[in-house]
Amino acid sequence: MLEQLATLAWTVAKIMTIVLPVTIGVAYFTYFERKVIGYMQGRRGPNRVGPLGLLQPFADLFKMLFKEIIIPSNANRFLFLLAPVLALAPALTAWAVVPFNDWLVLADIDAGLLFILALTSMGVYGILIGGWASNSKYALLGGLRSAAQTVSYEIAMGFALVGVVVLAGTLNLTGIVQAQSGGVLTWFWLPLLPLFVIYFISGVAETNRAPFDVAEGESEIVAGFHVEYSGSAFAVFFLAEYANMILISALASLLFLGGWLSPFQGVPVLGDTFLGQGGVHWFLAKTAVFCFLYLWFRATFPRYRYDQIMRLGWKVFIPITIVWVMVAGALRVSGLYGG
Amino acid sequence: MPIIEIVFYLFGTILIASALSVVTVGNPIYAALFLVLSFFSAACIWLLLQAEFLAIVLVLVYVGAVMVLFLFVVMMLDVKAASIKQGLAGFLPVGLVVAFAMALQMFLVIWTRGLEAIPMPEPRPEGYSHTRELGELLYTDYLYAFEIAAVLLLVAIIAAIMLTHRDRPSTKKQDPSRQVRVKREERVRLVSMAAEKPAGGGEKGEGQS
Repeated sequence: MLEQLATLAWTVAKIMTIVLPVTIGVAYFTYFERKVIGYMQGRRGPNRVGPLGLLQPFADLFKMLFKEIIIPSNANRFLFLLAPVLALAPALTAWAVVPFNDWLVLADIDAGLLFILALTSMGVYGILIGGWASNSKYALLGGLRSAAQTVSYEIAMGFALVGVVVLAGTLNLTGIVQAQSGGVLTWFWLPLLPLFVIYFISGVAETNRAPFDVAEGESEIVAGFHVEYSGSAFAVFFLAEYANMILISALASLLFLGGWLSPFQGVPVLGDTFLGQGGVHWFLAKTAVFCFLYLWFRATFPRYRYDQIMRLGWKVFIPITIVWVMVAGALRVSGLYGG
Repeated sequence: MPIIEIVFYLFGTILIASALSVVTVGNPIYAALFLVLSFFSAACIWLLLQAEFLAIVLVLVYVGAVMVLFLFVVMMLDVKAASIKQGLAGFLPVGLVVAFAMALQMFLVIWTRGLEAIPMPEPRPEGYSHTRELGELLYTDYLYAFEIAAVLLLVAIIAAIMLTHRDRPSTKKQDPSRQVRVKREERVRLVSMAAEKPAGGGEKGEGQS
C-alpha cells in the first residue's frame, strides 16, 4: 500500500511538472498574442506592467480572480459553474501523452493519438453546457455553433491523422516521431502536405479561433458562449482555449514536423555539431512557430461566414483527406515512405 | 482487496447509478449528461479489461460525437420537465420486461458456462499492440462481416438524409461557386467624372443651411 502511495505521489509530481509550465505558457501566450498583433497593427502592445510589459499576464490574472462571478437569473447554477471545469479538464489531460523528447512523457500509451483525439473532442461539452446553462440566447447560439463546428472539423482532422498513422504504422506518439527520423525530407509534412495543411486549419477551427471564431463572433452574438461569464469562471474558459491552442500546435509539430528531431539530422557538417542533436528545444521551437501562425491568422483574416465554414469542412476538406489517405497507402505500399 | 477490484466496483457503481438516473431525472439535459457519464464509466471498465482501443473509440464516437449531437437537439427542444416524468410511468412495465429478459440472458450464459470459463485477461507482454491485433483480425478473418457492416452504415446514412432532407422552394440559399466566380464588372460600375465642380455653376444650398 505504501509503495502504491509513493507511486501516486510521484505521478502527481510529474503531472505538476507538465501542468505548471502549460499554465505559465498560456499566460505568456496571451502576452505574446497582444504583442504580435500589436506590432502587426503598428502598435506596441502591453508595455506598462513590469519591464516590456512582461508582468501584464499576472496583472490580468489577478484582476480576473478578484472580480465577482455573476450568475444570471434563471441560469442553471450547477451546470453554469461546472462548464468551465469541463472545458479545462480535457485540455490539460491530453498533455499526459505528449512526448517532449524520446523519454520525457508522462504516459507512453499505445493508442496515444486516439486518446488525444477522444479528449479534444470532449472539450466541446464545456462550451455547449456553458452556452445552455447561461439562460441567454447569445450564449446558446454560440454553444450550438461551436458544437456543430467541432463535430464537423473533427472528421477532417481524424482523416488527416489516419494518413499519419498509415505512414508511421503506429498510434503511439513517440513511435510516430521516431518513424520520421532521418532529416527534414523524411518528416511527414512532405508526403502528407495536403493533410498537414488541413490538419492545422481544422485545428484552428476546432479551437474556435479566428478566422473560424463564429462561436464567439462579437459582431453577431456579442461574445458567444461565454457572454455571461465573468471573473475566474471566464479565466478558466480562457485557460482551456489557450491550452488547446498550444496542444494543437504541439501535435502539428509532433505529427508532421518531426517533434523533437533536429532539422539538421544527417546534414554533412551541421549535423555533426550540437545542432544535429534532437531535444526538447527543437520541439518547443516548432510548437512556437504554429502558435505564431494562430496569431498571424487572427491579425490577418476576416471572420468566415457560418455556412462557408460548414462548406469548407464537409465539401472541401473531407474529400481531399479521403483521397490523400489513399495516396498515403500507395506511398507506404510502394516503399517510398514509411515501414 | 486488490486495487483493480476497488476500481472496478467504483466504476460499476457510477455506471449503474448514472444509467438509472438517465431514466429517472426530470431535466432532459441532465438525462443526456448522465448518459455521457455512463458511456464514460463503461469505457473505464473496458480499460480494466485491457481493451484500450475499444475503450478510447467508445469515448471518441459516443461521448465525442453522438452525445454532442444528442445534446445539440435536446437543447433546442423546449421540453417541459413534467411531461418527461409522466412518460416514465407509462414505459416502466415495458422497461422492466426488457430488463428482466436481459438479466435472464446474462444469467443463462454464466450459469451454463460458469464464471471460471471467462477469466480476467492475462497482462500482455511489452510491445504488444491491441490495435494491430484487432486490425489484423478485422481485415482477414472477419473481412466480409466488417465490409457488410460498413455498407449497412452507408445505406443508413443515405436513408436518413433522404428521409429528413426536404428541399423547400421557399428556402433561401447561396450558391458558393457562383459567389466565387463573380467578376468585378458585375458588381462595380466605374464612372469617370471631374474631380471638382465647375466654378460658378454649383448647386444652390451647398454649405448653407
